[in-house]
Amino acid sequence: MGYDFDWSSIPGALPFLWEGMKITLDITATAIAVGIVWGTLLAMMRLSSLTPLSWLAAGYVNLFRSIPLVMVLLWFFLIVPRLLESVLGLAPGSDVRLASAMVGFALFESAYYAEIIRAGIQSVPKGQVAAAYALGMSYGQAMRLVVLPQAFRNMVPLLLTQAIILFQDTSLVYVSALADFFGAAYKVGDRDGRIVELLLFAGAVYFVICYSASLLVRYFRKRVGA
Amino acid sequence: MISIRGVSKHYGSFQVLTDCSTEVNKGEVIVVCGPSGSGKSTLIKCVNGLEPFQQGEIVVNGISVGDPKTNLPRLRAHVGMVFQHFELFPHMSIAANLTVAQEKVLGRPRDEALERGLKLLDRVGLKAHAHKHPGELSGGQQQRVAIARALAMDPICMLFDEPTSALDPEMINEVLDVMVELAQEGMTMMVVTHEMGFARKVAHRVVFMDQGRIVEDAAKEAFFATPRSERAQQFLAKILHH
Ligand SMILES: Nc1ncnc2c1ncn2[C@@H]1O[C@H](COP(=O)(O)OP(=O)(O)OP(=O)(O)O)[C@@H](O)[C@H]1O
Ligand SMILES: [Mg+2]
Repeated sequence: MGYDFDWSSIPGALPFLWEGMKITLDITATAIAVGIVWGTLLAMMRLSSLTPLSWLAAGYVNLFRSIPLVMVLLWFFLIVPRLLESVLGLAPGSDVRLASAMVGFALFESAYYAEIIRAGIQSVPKGQVAAAYALGMSYGQAMRLVVLPQAFRNMVPLLLTQAIILFQDTSLVYVSALADFFGAAYKVGDRDGRIVELLLFAGAVYFVICYSASLLVRYFRKRVGA
Repeated sequence: MISIRGVSKHYGSFQVLTDCSTEVNKGEVIVVCGPSGSGKSTLIKCVNGLEPFQQGEIVVNGISVGDPKTNLPRLRAHVGMVFQHFELFPHMSIAANLTVAQEKVLGRPRDEALERGLKLLDRVGLKAHAHKHPGELSGGQQQRVAIARALAMDPICMLFDEPTSALDPEMINEVLDVMVELAQEGMTMMVVTHEMGFARKVAHRVVFMDQGRIVEDAAKEAFFATPRSERAQQFLAKILHH
């Protein structure tokens, strides 16, 4: 017994799916941007000689790396709306699911970026730091002008790989019924009774995007020589 | 200019430096030598505060290095340092290597910094290479750039940590020539090196270290003629036979 594929509901749903893709990209971009900035600070704290700072950062990183992402997201869906309601005086029930998702992903991803960036900082030879200090640079200048630019150059492939994983993981926002790309595809399929086709289509789109990105990673890896 | 008094340093229970004292007067060139692991690099790094020490005192140009109130970056900005492995910044052009600290640390305007940098680059014979990156230069050329980079900060003294020991033999002299010239112009220099030809030519005094102690601190002539300690005699015999 064969299954009769019927792709006809896809063309009409494209605008809706595109709206979903925009949410996916929004969450991914926010999590990458915040993740890299906050991750860099965490990495610097972790490598700091001030033990309280380094413990704090280590605690944060280990905590987030030991909890499933789905749980983090669920907690944020439950907590952030309440928080925003009380802090910003938002009317109860306003839709802050997107904001919660962004906060959840950003904080979660920061833990992973922190570890990548820490390794990147440690990959810069100690002599470079000594040379920067010997020229009279402060810790901040040595980091900003000498260490981080070299660290990030070494890290580009790993950061991109992490971004690809993150892009796929955004589909987990389905737990809040937020219509990201995956959620949108599911909704259309459910409405038209064509779940199989819609999910195959969504899978193909994820594959094309992620596979192209991984080719890009390979290209950078060759250029960095790592 | 540089005064080292009773400096001791340990890593945990391991004693790297024991009661080291010496003096570098203005315009003097001091060569520090000794076997591997004797603490030469550690001592020279203590002078500009790159390594902390537990006992004793180091005073550079009237400023106590070990004093927690001392503004170390400000002191280091005027103490030039040249490393064994050059440590040029690989992600910057040669010109940027020469100007970055002048601009960000001394606050010089960009064109003034560039002019000063290029003048010094010319002085070490590498004017044509300003736009290149360090990876495109030979080791000897990189080390000359590193010297120019330190000089661009208008240092009151210069520290060298085995500046030629990572170089191929044919490149050693191009670096030593720059250093000899600098010495002859009256720069105050503390140089860790095993190049005894350099020591004979320009050093005023030679300091010999062994197992974290300054075993010998003598005028050049006395050091080469009659080293007092047996360790120094053995050491000299070994490196002069090369
Ligand atoms: N961070 C550190 N922790 C522990 N021991 C160290 C550390 N740095 C250096 N040492 C030890 O201190 C001693 C002196 O080191 P230092 O680098 O000053 O010697 P050196 O005279 O410069 O030797 P070389 O000729 O090999 O450069 C060595 O035995 C070294 O193993
Ligand atoms: Mg050494």
